[in-house]
Amino acid sequence: MSLSALSDELVVVATLTYLVALILHTAEYSLSNRRRTVAASVLVGAGGPPVVEPEAETTARRDWGAVAGRWALWVTGLAVLAHLGTITARGLAAHRMPWGNMYEFVLSASFVGAAAWLFMAVTMPQVRRLGVVLTLVQVLLLGFAGMVLYTQVSPLVPALQSYWYVVHVTTIVISSGLFLAGFVPAAMFLIRDGFDRGRTRFPYTLGGRLPSAEAMERLTFRMHAFAFPIFTFAVSAGAIWAEAAWGRYWGWDPKETWAFISWIVYAGYLHARSTPSVNRRVVAWIAVIGWLTVMMNLIGVNFFFTGLHSYAGVE
Amino acid sequence: MSTLAAFVKAKARNGWRQLTSMRTALILLVLLALAAIPGSVLPQKSVSPENVTRYFREHPDLAPVLDKLGGFDVFRSPWFAAIYLLLFTSLIGCILPRTRDHARALLMRVPDAPKRLERLPAHHRGETTHGPQEIAAALRGWRRVIREHPDGTTTISAERGYLKETGNLVFHTALIGVLAGVAVGAFGGWHANRLLVQGPEQAFCTSVQQFDDYRPGAWVGAGDLPKYCFEMTGFRASYLDTGQPKSFSATVSVSGAAARTADFSVNHPLRLGDANLYLLGHGYAPVLRYTDKAGQSQTTVAPFLPIDNTTLTSEGVAIFPDANADPATGQTSPSEQVAFAGLYVPTAPDSGTVASSVFPAENNPRLVLTLYRGDLGLDLGIPSSVYQLNQNQIATGRLSAVGEAKALRPGESWTLGDGSKLEFVGTRPWITVAVRHDPGEPIVLVSVALLLAGLMLSLTGKRRRVWVRLIPSEGGRTVLVAGGLARSEYPGFAEEFTGLIDRMGLTERMGGEEREPVGALR
Repeated sequence: MSLSALSDELVVVATLTYLVALILHTAEYSLSNRRRTVAASVLVGAGGPPVVEPEAETTARRDWGAVAGRWALWVTGLAVLAHLGTITARGLAAHRMPWGNMYEFVLSASFVGAAAWLFMAVTMPQVRRLGVVLTLVQVLLLGFAGMVLYTQVSPLVPALQSYWYVVHVTTIVISSGLFLAGFVPAAMFLIRDGFDRGRTRFPYTLGGRLPSAEAMERLTFRMHAFAFPIFTFAVSAGAIWAEAAWGRYWGWDPKETWAFISWIVYAGYLHARSTPSVNRRVVAWIAVIGWLTVMMNLIGVNFFFTGLHSYAGVE
Repeated sequence: MSTLAAFVKAKARNGWRQLTSMRTALILLVLLALAAIPGSVLPQKSVSPENVTRYFREHPDLAPVLDKLGGFDVFRSPWFAAIYLLLFTSLIGCILPRTRDHARALLMRVPDAPKRLERLPAHHRGETTHGPQEIAAALRGWRRVIREHPDGTTTISAERGYLKETGNLVFHTALIGVLAGVAVGAFGGWHANRLLVQGPEQAFCTSVQQFDDYRPGAWVGAGDLPKYCFEMTGFRASYLDTGQPKSFSATVSVSGAAARTADFSVNHPLRLGDANLYLLGHGYAPVLRYTDKAGQSQTTVAPFLPIDNTTLTSEGVAIFPDANADPATGQTSPSEQVAFAGLYVPTAPDSGTVASSVFPAENNPRLVLTLYRGDLGLDLGIPSSVYQLNQNQIATGRLSAVGEAKALRPGESWTLGDGSKLEFVGTRPWITVAVRHDPGEPIVLVSVALLLAGLMLSLTGKRRRVWVRLIPSEGGRTVLVAGGLARSEYPGFAEEFTGLIDRMGLTERMGGEEREPVGALR
């Protein structure tokens, strides 16, 4: 089997493995939920003296939710390995860094996001449940990449033949992945915060099973504080490259314009975060909007506008 | 009068305070991001003027309104400028007092310990046999001040992480540097485009008349351009079997201050110091020789412009305004001018019509031309494109197509009805180049480097203070009370504080009393 075919196989494996992890995470939610309701109903139904001791209840029945959660993390680990395999094989097949078109770009950026997530989930077990969002995003992104963006392996067009290609695109991939890893806790913070304020409609009902709002808010900040300088560097490197390729370091090409917008929004996030008078809910919403601008730039701009950055390989 | 002055002063101060508040800065940031969106949605004059023209054609009612509002030139529009200038004013209003405060903090001694250290987020109480000098030694790397008080106690104040604020100020000041660099480039820079066909007679020099499109900054006069002449001596392109380009490069010989012959390509511009030459595009220029019925021949090199960039199917015209001159008098008749318009197809399909190319290289070239005869309209004094015929002349019938289109291979001739002859000699490559100079670039580059350095310091730095109070107790023992706080986001401060207390290595448990836990605010 050729390397490019191997890559194509592995992307299917990775997508399906993320899907399994997603199902396990969903099971984690529903099973731990059921156990709680069962325990509660026993207590209520017992009426007078407590017949069932809560201690015995938990030891007698295994916490299947937690088991599913642990499995979900292991399966996510496998998916990340397959994900790494697919981009590595792709890079080897093309004899270059595997982000020369949008298909490869989405695969690489989502890999960074997943790897950053895995690191977080292992070092901070209390956030593990956020995996349900991450695996969902991964399944959607990989499925979208495989079905809509797929492009045959080919060498780079002359405009991309520059060492700045490696510097610029690598850092853009890394910062996009980290922004994704920051968006997840920001969204979860909003859900948990809504739950804490007594909201009872759908997304907020999930809030009870999430880590504390404060922990997620802090995690959001740390991810963004890490990603923002990398993104700034990536845009600067892009400007230096643009000077060599197109003769000007900044020309308000649609990609550049949206990178500018993202940069401004994330700068706004960091400023709002450091201003005590700004409500943390507003701060989290800015992070969510920031992620939307990043997605707009990575995907929307390629479809809606034509510009100099038209290497996506989509018609 | 004085009350009015006071009123104005109060208003101005209030306004300034409003403008420089973080809230205003945040609103301006949001506005700036929103204002940039139309710049990506609408075509921009500075990016793609041809798309602006198309937008005008497609939306004849809306386009003039948008144009008035600056919608096709968002980043140079007054409202966009208003937002960023306000933002930068707000920024300066923020930087100046903070720089002053930071300079003061750097010059001043660390303030003395507050009365009740146990109220601080991290604190500790114990006993020690060591003196203030030894305690201070444990705080190496911190700015330290030892103060002895009249009541016999000694306090050690320590602070570190000043680089955080330094970085913060450098970052924000560097933003002003970026804006200054952009402004220097916009006023003092210039750029021009030119289509350059291979061959010595096609060379051009850096003068306003010889550029196709010249955009000088406000400070640039025509005499300020450096003197260079460029002649293209070679062009190479290679493609994959799929038609995807692999490489382009051109060779030019430069005469002028820095005479040389050099290759340049996409991503590798030719840098001459006071001007850079960038390779932007390329195409083919058919060479055509027309021999009129009197036997006079003329040759023209006509660049055809690609209508499809992936296969280089190109469109263009070749005009012969001096054809059919009277051999006796040399007079030309405007109604007997000759032109050819059509397509150049670098690789025609093996079968079927030659309507479009299947590959960008010249594997099976064809030139498909239609003859036009009549008045080309060149003497009307109206500037017109050299890449297409005057459509008005055709519409009014003064210029008309004659006969069927004809496909020619290189070297082939076409004998026309009146006995004249057109010969397709071959093609020459052409390139489009940008010649540019931007004196603001070094300013922007240095500013961006400072900006990044400042950003890293600002985001990774942690400002924190620690105080230790030594209180003499009975029996020659000394009670040690320590407290500390992080002045910025720093979840690991509690651990660092514990580490510091351990490093002091000096405390022992007070008799009977439990050692108070070292705890951060949880």
